[in-house]
Amino acid sequence: MERFDVIIVGAGLAGLAAAYTLAGEGVEVVVLERGDYPGAKNVSGGRLYLNPVRDLFPGLWDEAPLERAIVREGATLMARNRSFTFHYTGGELRNGKPQSCSILRSKFDRWFSGRAEERGAMILAKTLVTDLVRENGKVCGVVAGGDELRADVVIACDGVLSLLPEKAGLRAPGLSRDYAVGIKEVIRLEPGVISDRFTVGDGEGAAHLFAGDITRGLFGGGFLYTNRDSLSLGLVVSIGDMAKEAAAGDAPALFDAFKARPEVEPLIRGGQTVEYGAHVIPEGGYRALSGLCGDGLLVAGDSAGFALNLGFTVRGMEYALASGYYAAKTVIAARKAGRFDATVLAAYRQSLEESFVLKDFRTFKDTPRVLANPHLFGHYPELIGNLLRDLYTVPAGPKSPVFTTLRRHLTLSELWTMLLDVKEVAKI
Amino acid sequence: MTDLKTRLGLNVFKPLPAPHIRIRPGMERDPRLRAAVRACPSGLYEEGADGVFTLTIDGCLECGTCRIACGTEVLEWGYPEGGAGVQFRFG
Repeated sequence: MERFDVIIVGAGLAGLAAAYTLAGEGVEVVVLERGDYPGAKNVSGGRLYLNPVRDLFPGLWDEAPLERAIVREGATLMARNRSFTFHYTGGELRNGKPQSCSILRSKFDRWFSGRAEERGAMILAKTLVTDLVRENGKVCGVVAGGDELRADVVIACDGVLSLLPEKAGLRAPGLSRDYAVGIKEVIRLEPGVISDRFTVGDGEGAAHLFAGDITRGLFGGGFLYTNRDSLSLGLVVSIGDMAKEAAAGDAPALFDAFKARPEVEPLIRGGQTVEYGAHVIPEGGYRALSGLCGDGLLVAGDSAGFALNLGFTVRGMEYALASGYYAAKTVIAARKAGRFDATVLAAYRQSLEESFVLKDFRTFKDTPRVLANPHLFGHYPELIGNLLRDLYTVPAGPKSPVFTTLRRHLTLSELWTMLLDVKEVAKI
Repeated sequence: MTDLKTRLGLNVFKPLPAPHIRIRPGMERDPRLRAAVRACPSGLYEEGADGVFTLTIDGCLECGTCRIACGTEVLEWGYPEGGAGVQFRFG
C-alpha cells in the first residue's frame, strides 16, 4: 500500500494548481489522472481570465502555452432570420498584460503538469479512481486500479460530475436544471487568416458569443474563440431545458444549425475540423455548489461547481485554478496543525469566502435564475431584429417616420414586459 | 454538414474493454431516456419503434450529459478504466 501526504484526484486545472502549490512547499503529492496524459479528458470553451489568478502562480505565465490574448470582444443576438452584432475593443485589452487568453486544455494541462512535476509532484496517468477509502468516517485514501493509496488528505478535483464528493455524502447527484452541455469543434485555420478575419494582430485574438434562436429558445448560447492556428466553436445548452423541450431537436443538430448560420459560416470558412468534443458545465451558481470539505477531503474546481455564467462572461477555469490553490494552502496549514478533520479543513471555505471565488458566487447568486428568462433567447432577439429590419428597410414607396417604426415595435405592453425584465436584471 | 460519425472519427479513441455506461436492466423503456436521445452530443442513444431505448458506447465523449439528464436510477454510469476511451488532443 502506497502512502503520500496528499492525493489529488484529477489532473485538470484545479488538481494541477493544487499539486503545483503543494509540491512547491515540499509536500509529497500524487495526482491520479484517468486519461492517457493530463489534459486527455479535459475540454473547455477555451478562455482563461488571467487577472484573478496571475499572482497566485508567480512566474508561471511567461512560458505558458497560451494561444492568443483576447483584444476584441463580440456578441451576436440571433433572431430566426436576422441578427444584431456588436464588437468591443479597448486600450486596456491591447496594452500591457492580457486580461484573458484563449487556451486549448490538452496542450495547457499537459504543460502545467510538467511544471508541477518539476517541483516534485508525482503525476500518475491512466489511473482511474473508483472509490474513497475511509477509516472511522474519515477519508484516508482512494481505490485506484484495484489498489489502495493512502494519504492525510484527498483533494477531489474529479470534474463536473463530482462522483467522489457524491460518494463522500457531500452532495446529492446533480439536477439537470443546474447543468448545461457544451459541444465544441476545434477547427484548424492558418494563423494569418485568423488574424485577418478577426482584425487582430499577431498573437492577438477575438472572442465572440452568440445567443438567441441558435438554442431555439432554450437557455444557452454559442461561442467562438480564436486560438493560434485554430478556432474553438461551441454551443452550450441547458440539459434541463433539453430534457423538457422536445421541439428544439437534438444537441448535435442544434450545433450543426449553429455552424451553418450565415453569421457563423463565413467565420469558419476554409477551416478543417480536427476534433469534436463535449463537456458538461455547472450552471447552478452559488445555490448548486457542492459541500467543500469533509474529514480528510477537500473539493475543488468543477467538482465543487465552480463555474459562473454571467451572460457576457462565462468563467470556470480561473475558479478551478484558485480553488486548487486555496485547497493546497489549507492543506499546508493543516499539516502544521497536524490535523485533517473537517473542522480544520473548513479554513478552505473561509479562504474562498475571502477570495474572488466565493465573493463572485455570492454577488452573482441570482444570475442563473435571471438569465434563465426565456425572453432573452427568443423574444428580445426577434424584437431587436425586427426593429432594425424596419429601420434599415427602404420601401418602394414612402418610408414611415422613425418614431412610428419605434412605436410599432415598442408598444406599451412591450415596454411593460421590458421594465419587469430589467427589474430582474437589476438584481445581477 | 459533416456526418456525426465522421466527425467523431476525427477524435482519438482507445478501445473500451467494457461499456462504462449501461441502461439498467428493466429500464430500457423508461421515458427518462428520451432526454439522453436529445442531449447526447454523440447521438449514442436511440429509441426504437418498439419503445425500447438502446445505447451504443462507441464514440462516447465521457461528458456525463446522460447521467445528468436521465439520472442514476436509469443509468449505471461510470468512467472507463484508466487510459481507455476518448483522448483529446486539443481539448
